[in-house]
Parts: sequence; C-alpha cells; structure tokens
Amino acid sequence: MKPRSKRLILVGGGVALLVAAVALVLSAFQENLVFFHTPTEVAAGKAPTGKTFRIGGLVESGSIQREADGVTVRFAVTDTAKTIPVSYKGTLPDLFKEGKGAVVQGRLESDGTFRATEVLAKHDENYMPPEAAHAVEQAHKAGATVKQ
Amino acid sequence: MIPELGHFALVLAFVLALVQAVVPMIGASRNRLALMAVGRPAAQGQFLFVAFSFACLTWAFITSDFSVEYVALHSNTATPMYYRITGVWGSHEGSLLLWALVLALWTVAVTVFSRHLPDVFLARVLGVLGWVSVGFLAFLLVTSNPFERLLPGAPEGRDLNPLLQDPGMIIHPPLLYMGYVGFSVAFAFAIAALLSGRMDAAWARWSRPWTTVAWVFLTAGIAVGSGWAYYELGWGGWWFWDPVENASFMPWLLGTALIHSLAVTEKRGAFRSWTVLLAIGAFSLSLLGTFLVRSGVITSVHAFATDPKRGLFILFLLVIVIGVSLLLYAWRAPRLSGGGSFAFVSRETALLGNNVLLSVASASVLLGTLYPLFLDALGMGKISVGPPYFEAVFVPLMTPVVVLMMFGPFLRWKGDSLGPVVRRVAPALVASVVIGVAAAFAIDHVTPRTVLGLALAAWVVLSSFQQLAARLRERAGASSSARLRGIPSAWWGMWLAHFGIGIFIIGVALVGSLNQSLDVKMKEGQHAELAGYRFLFRGVQDVPGPNYDASRATLDVSRGGMAIATLHPEKRLYRAQGMPMTEADLDIGPFRDVYVSLGERLPDGSWIVSLYFKPFISWIWLGCVLMVLGGIFAASDRRYRRLAERSAPAGATQQAA
Repeated sequence: MKPRSKRLILVGGGVALLVAAVALVLSAFQENLVFFHTPTEVAAGKAPTGKTFRIGGLVESGSIQREADGVTVRFAVTDTAKTIPVSYKGTLPDLFKEGKGAVVQGRLESDGTFRATEVLAKHDENYMPPEAAHAVEQAHKAGATVKQ
Repeated sequence: MIPELGHFALVLAFVLALVQAVVPMIGASRNRLALMAVGRPAAQGQFLFVAFSFACLTWAFITSDFSVEYVALHSNTATPMYYRITGVWGSHEGSLLLWALVLALWTVAVTVFSRHLPDVFLARVLGVLGWVSVGFLAFLLVTSNPFERLLPGAPEGRDLNPLLQDPGMIIHPPLLYMGYVGFSVAFAFAIAALLSGRMDAAWARWSRPWTTVAWVFLTAGIAVGSGWAYYELGWGGWWFWDPVENASFMPWLLGTALIHSLAVTEKRGAFRSWTVLLAIGAFSLSLLGTFLVRSGVITSVHAFATDPKRGLFILFLLVIVIGVSLLLYAWRAPRLSGGGSFAFVSRETALLGNNVLLSVASASVLLGTLYPLFLDALGMGKISVGPPYFEAVFVPLMTPVVVLMMFGPFLRWKGDSLGPVVRRVAPALVASVVIGVAAAFAIDHVTPRTVLGLALAAWVVLSSFQQLAARLRERAGASSSARLRGIPSAWWGMWLAHFGIGIFIIGVALVGSLNQSLDVKMKEGQHAELAGYRFLFRGVQDVPGPNYDASRATLDVSRGGMAIATLHPEKRLYRAQGMPMTEADLDIGPFRDVYVSLGERLPDGSWIVSLYFKPFISWIWLGCVLMVLGGIFAASDRRYRRLAERSAPAGATQQAA
C-alpha cells in the first residue's frame, strides 16, 4: 500500500473514532440533563412528570415531619409564593434546617408530592445554594409585577 | 509588622518574577549569555521571597494575629495548632499564595535539575514560568492580598470551616497544587520549544520526567481528596463528579494522554505537534480548574466565598495563556510536521487511540462541567449534570482505552503483524471472559457494568503477569535476579501503573454492585443487621473537643457472634460558627469497609444512624497507590540521570564562563 493511502486510512479511522466518541458523549448528555424548576413553575404544571428534576427554595418553617420509621421525612419547599410538599427517605445534610435554603432532586408523584432522592443544603452559615436563591428571587419578582 | 513584611516580600517577588520573565527572554532572542544567566538567580530569589511571605502568613496563623482579616476569618484561638497551620490554605487568598509558592518551587527545581539544558532553551523555559508567576503574583497583590489588615483587630477569629478541619486538609491541597502547577513546567518546555523551533527526541526526553512527576502528584492529590470525601462527607461515596473534582480530573486525563504522547515523541519522533498541544491543554485545564474552584462560579461543596472580580481576573489570565500559546502554536507548529512513519498495526496506533479517547473523555467532563454554567450565564435556565451522564460516558470511552492498554505493550514500534499479537493476547482474554461470566452467576444482583469491569480487570491482571513473564524470558541464560535487575525502571513504571488500573477497576466494579446501606432509627441497646454484620447501638455520650462539642455514639460491630470493631461516629457542633458536622467512623479491611455515620437526634432520644457495607473499596486507593508508584519508577529511570551526568561538565564550564 502506498504511504499516502495508508496515512489517509489512518486519519480516516481516527476521525471515525472521534465522531463515534463525540456522538456517544452528546447523546448521553441529552439523556441525563437534570433541569431545575421553581416551586411556582411546578405548581403551574410546567415541570415534567416521570422525569428527574430539581426544585429549590426555602424549607418552610414548621413543615418538617418524621414518619414512624424515623428515616422518612416530609417537609415543604417554598419560594415564598408557592409551596411543594416533599418526601425523602434517608439522612439529611447537617445544614438542613427550617427557614433555610435547600435544593432537592427527584420526581413529581401523581398526588403532587415531590419524592426526593437527594437533598442538598447550603455548605456554611452564610451561603445559600444559588438555585434556591434564584427561586425565591423569581417569586419576589413575579409578586412585584402582580402588585403593580 | 510581620504581615507588612510578608506583603512587602510578595511585592519584591513580583518584581523578580518580572525580571525572570523579561530579561532571559531578551537574552535568548539576541543570544546574549549574560542576559540569559539572569533567569536562574531571579527564579531562586523569587522563591525565597515567596517562601518568606508564606512563612509570614503562617506565623500570623500560629500567633492568632486577628488584626489580619484573612486570619480572623479562618482561624480561632481554640483551633488546634496543625489546623491553624493548614488554615493558611483554607480559603482563597492563602491557597493562591500556596499556588505561587508551589510554582516558585517548581521553577527552582528546574534551575537545579536542568543544568544539562542548552542555555537558550533554559532561558526561555524560565521566562515562560516567569510570566505565569507574574500573572499569579499580580492576581494576589491586586485582588487577593492575604495580609489585608482588619482595624481594629478582631478579639476572636471565626475559625476554619469545620469541613476542612481534617487530616486530609494537611496534604490534599499541597499535593493537588504540586500536580496542577507541575504541568506549568511541561507547558513552559512546550512553549520554549515552539519559540526556538527545536522539538526533537531530546526535547521530549527533557520534558518526560517533569510531566511524569507532576502527574504523580496530581494522581496522589486526587486520590487523597477522594479518600477524604469518602470518610468526611458522611455518606460513603468516593467520587461525586462534583465540578471541583472534575476540575482536577480534566488535567489528569489530558496529562495521562500527554505522558503517552511524549513517549511516542521521544522514541519515534512522531506526534510532535500533538504533544505540544496536549502540554498546552493540560496546563490550560489546570488554570481552568483554579478558575472554577476559586471564582465560586459553581454550586458545589467547595463553593465557599464568591467574588466576581477575582473570577474575571483569572478568566482574563486564562484567556491570555490559552490565546497566546495557541497563536504561537498556529504560527510555529506547521514547521514541526514529519517524524517517524508507522503502520496501522503498531504501538504508535495503539497510543494514538489512547490519546484520542482520553482527550474526548477530558472534553466530555469539560462539557458536563461548563455547560450548566453557560446556560445559567446566558439566562437560559438552570440545569445540572450529575453522575448518570459521566457514568454513561466513561464506561464506553474507557473500556477501549483499557483494551488498547492490553495490546500496546505487546506491539512493536513502527509496525507489527496482527496475528502473533492476537495469539499472545488471546489466552488472557478468553480467561477473563470466563471470569466475567462466572462473576455474573456468582454474585447476586450484579449489573452488566460490574461484569464488564471484572472481566476487564481480570484481563489487566492476567495480561500484566504475562507481560512480566515475556519480559523475563527475553534474556534467557542470565540468572533470574540479573534478569529482574536488567529491566529498566521505566518499564516497571508502566507495568505498575497499568496493573494499578486493573486493581482500581476491581474496586470500582465491586463497590458499585455489592455496596449495601441502611438508614435506621436506633435507641440504646437496639441492634440492626446489614450484610451479615450486627450493629449494637450502645448509646451516645457528650464529649467536648478543642473547638467543638461532640455527641459521640458507640456501636459494637460483630459478625456471626465474633466481635469485629467498636465504632465511634460523632455529631459535632463547632462553637465559633455554630456549624454542625458529621464525623463518620469506619473499620477498614482489605476486602470490605464497615462505615457508620450518625444522623439526627429525634425528640424521643433515639438517633438516625446510617450503616454502610463497602466491599473492596480500599482497592480503589490501592490502585491509585500503584499508579503513583508506577509514575515514580518511570520518572526515576536511569536514562534521565545519565543524560544529566553526561552533560554536567559542559554545564559546569558554561557556569564558570
């Protein structure tokens, strides 16, 4: 085989490998994105059903309840405009508290409860998860426009 | 007074960095030896001043000088001494100072160990490192002065973030920075080569040990970070695909590609421009990592403080570094074409495949890490990309890398025929498929991923021993100890690192499939069962620590009536910040870890306890240890030292002149 055609095949093979790898990455990316929705969006039915997504906001004061097994927790996440009930089984982060920011990931059940598989709280006393802050801010903006 | 001295030393270091950046470069372009010779003392002087400045900040921490704002924010009189010292790099300003110190250290190492380099080349290398240093010292001085005074001084400090009060904090950041910043040497060698147009096998041989040593530090740093997250975050995971972890993993992937590409450039003269591109890429990703972690643009466990001004400065630095080096590359790289030709079936092709796949893997991590930031910045909604994406990408991308790893060492450079190689590889392949199938039947609830992982790992292990046997047969006739000694340490390095990958995969595959956990409410005297282990909860006592108050539980772990361990997980409340913190406890074994962490206290006096059974998890870090050892062996190969010794007399006369 001529060196030139050899080189052509080698480059072609490399490019084919690259294209296959990039196609794999992009399709995996498409399938595994987790979107974020504010409680107001969820209440308005804008969130997907049967798909994992995140909601964020403040843990409503007085909403944390434990079931008899001790490890299933129910609480509510609010952006001050709308409130979504959440159920979660497992240990909560150290900084999970009523009245503080939190982000939860999971699915929306048909009864309107958000079944969380993961709870993220802020990481120190002064820090609020950006998503949670964003949700509250959006709700305030929406509230301001309604009042006008 | 001492903080002011530290600040002043930093300014002097900046001036020396400027001298180091400018003068040797001019000397190199005009071929003036006297100007080139300025680089070495300037670099060494710069190191002394940065080290002095670092010592001043450490002193402020040791003496609890709360009139320094940074100290007041990250230390406390009750903080134990070793966490006061490590508190120096507990946040933004101090970790940048550590960055600068590590860069100066690497630069000094270059001046010490590269006496055999041609003067022009060394001058350019030091010049490039000087420019990097100028950028970072300016960043420190302009936006992040660690010596900023707080007037009047605070009576008491706010204490270091409790998450960081851990032995992991003592070694993880320095190791990681040694790795990150170490790639700046490979980068400087590549830029110097582009500038001088000299990029031959000798150049690759000079850069190889530096790149390997940086890779060793980065590997060790990532492994320590992973182990730290495992026991500190309290839920037994070892890798979270958190953006900050990704920030260190991207340069690791590209650095691994670079090590392999440098091997081809040294041995065969091929892949030259590609190697240069990888060196630029690995260092750029290190800078990007610094940007991601230090600008606070991401939601992650590491996003403590945020300051957009600082983020912009690093972004600007990043754009300059990438922009200038790519421009230089576009201008100079076309001259680098050529190099040894090779056939389809050759070691070069295997390494080319390795490079393409590792680069795509690195790009996929980049996509998953940056895309959410872009969407957010453009106001197009908030998304997150979690472990499912990275797992879906990594298994198919890394599987062929491991397969190539099995063929590569058996293939000859330049060209080989496929038949004999396949015949050599086949027995181990067949055996590992059998092992995979056996595992699928032997293990309950096994996932296809675990079966694949175990089969691959078995192949790596079997193939490693086969390679060793083949290598020993090469010198038939010699005694077995002479044959062992005859193998160069670079070969041992490759062997150990590849073997380590096999051990690592075993750990990952088994812990992923056989891992068990249980969250349970427990009262004094109650017990729970998990994976055949019995956990007896013996209650909780209040135990005060130096700067926290702990509720410490006692659990007796037994199996089949045999006592295994007594574990003491804690729930701590750090006094200065009022911040709660979970401190897990674990019994480490060669084939399994038993891991317990304490959750919340319920109103009726019982506690939520999380129990974990983690089979083979230590094999993950054992694999990393083997990779690190492999790197050390590879970098200490005799041929690098011979090179230094051979040219030492020439270097000495040049110095005398």
